Amino acid sequence: MDKVLEVSHLSKVYGKGCSSCFELTGPEYDTNICPQCGSVIAAHDVSFDLYKGEILGIMGESGSGKSTAVKCLYFDQEPSSGNATFFDEGKKYDLFKLNAAQQRQLANQRFGMVYQNPHLGLNFDISAGGNIAERLLMSEVKNYSDIRSRAKNLLTRTEVLSERMDELPKSFSGGMQQRVQIAKALATNPPLLFLDEVTTGLDLSVQAAILDLILEIQQQQQTSMIVVTHDLGVIRLLAGRTLVMKYGRVIESGLTDQILEDPQHAYTQRLVASAL
Amino acid sequence: MSASNHFGFLDEYAKKEIRRTALKAVAIPGYQVPYSSREMPMGRGFGTGGLQLTLSLLGKGETLKVIDQGSDDSVNAVNLRSFIEMTCSGVDTTISTDEADVIQSRHRIPEKDLREDQLLVLQVPYPDPLIVVEASENKRKTLHGEADYSRLLVKLYEDIVKFDEITISHRYPTRINDHYVIDPSPIPRWDVPKLHQSPALVLLGAGREKKIYAVPPYTKAEPLAFEDVPFRVEDFTDKNGQRRHCQRCGCTTSFLDEFVDSKSGEKVYQCSDSDWCNEQMTKNVSMSEIKSISNKVNTMEVANG
Repeated sequence: MDKVLEVSHLSKVYGKGCSSCFELTGPEYDTNICPQCGSVIAAHDVSFDLYKGEILGIMGESGSGKSTAVKCLYFDQEPSSGNATFFDEGKKYDLFKLNAAQQRQLANQRFGMVYQNPHLGLNFDISAGGNIAERLLMSEVKNYSDIRSRAKNLLTRTEVLSERMDELPKSFSGGMQQRVQIAKALATNPPLLFLDEVTTGLDLSVQAAILDLILEIQQQQQTSMIVVTHDLGVIRLLAGRTLVMKYGRVIESGLTDQILEDPQHAYTQRLVASAL
Repeated sequence: MSASNHFGFLDEYAKKEIRRTALKAVAIPGYQVPYSSREMPMGRGFGTGGLQLTLSLLGKGETLKVIDQGSDDSVNAVNLRSFIEMTCSGVDTTISTDEADVIQSRHRIPEKDLREDQLLVLQVPYPDPLIVVEASENKRKTLHGEADYSRLLVKLYEDIVKFDEITISHRYPTRINDHYVIDPSPIPRWDVPKLHQSPALVLLGAGREKKIYAVPPYTKAEPLAFEDVPFRVEDFTDKNGQRRHCQRCGCTTSFLDEFVDSKSGEKVYQCSDSDWCNEQMTKNVSMSEIKSISNKVNTMEVANG
């Protein structure tokens, strides 16, 4: 199988950091705040591989560093250390060594990001169609009718009525805003998609529809995805492999079935047992 | 020392800085070069950016034309011109586009094609075209640096969605030399194509915003547009498909201003560029004189024959 992404020893520290930061934090110490210098170790030593068409789940409680890891990969945040290599069309990109313009180009054209809060992923001052147009215009599509028809197709595909494509996203329901966000992320047919708590806060039927859509995209286009969530149901449905994070560290990783049926780490056991 | 005694009002250090800024602006076409805009004896926003450029660039024996919305007699033009007359001894002023070495203008580029030996200074209120889509100057600088103008294009897209055409009437975002997009000052769309491959150097100065930028001679200047919705200039055709003409000189190729005739209440049109209009009138007069003379000659010949 083709490798799409290889992440090794990714760390993100907020604060000045000291030599004992990593030794005195983590699940064993029940904290991610360094007692010596007060820095927050948001993520440390996160390593994983992602293959074509695979969905990798990252699970953990709030503040466990799962979103931080993904935001570093999408260049929303700068990691403190670590490496990430992106494999695309025979080329290798060392993600954290690229300059700002190259990172922006990659994020716009080859990655897609769907945030929990549509306000982060969408511009609420421009229409739904305009939001999709923005991504297309970034990747040098300069034909108005092309942009229109592609935006229409994407919105139809994510089941947003194309008659409403010229309305502002603020007039949409939460579920529809999320679909517009997915349509925007898919605009450039990216081989890698990041989904950060996409279904959190939506009602169950809308959640189900969006999860269906995500699976459909994965199957049709062989898109690789990283799904960040604290919802075990989402992990069970989508992810083939899963990382469990706590206090910024990966405490367990492996096949999703294995983790959910036979959790090894005490935290994971508690997590699985407490699921409704 | 009274200010008016010193040639060009500004001290020599200030002029030197502005000239250096202008050189940098020419070297990086379309890039907004910051400079320390000086206090002038008039409010910022009244053309102080253009004025500082003009004062720094004018030399003794040169001729200056100042226009405001195409006219030499508008209040801004008159005030700036008299200030320069007061502070730059040995500089001639003119209202003729042909005779001018330096032309300072607000809201228009002269109708007549400029020459290589001429220099156009435009007064700019808002130098950054990205201000409408991004409030933070820091982020705008990054966008300019990476030549990321997708958000401006989204604005054009939204315009077409709402109104079926791009509705920007002036300050049309224009890409210089395939990289930086500039705000070409509040010139109408009509004037934007004149920037493209212009033989004259165009310098733009924003006094309040402390920026100078340039369109160097013979440089590409392309208004932003879509492949299938191209940029177009103002359309002066009337209901019958006829090109409207200037009621004063009859010109059908110039940018026209619309007036309401105070007596008849009808809309009338007139050249916005007063020097151009006057020139057309003298041409027309001489043409009609020639015609009438030749008619007389003909009738005489007929009578004699």
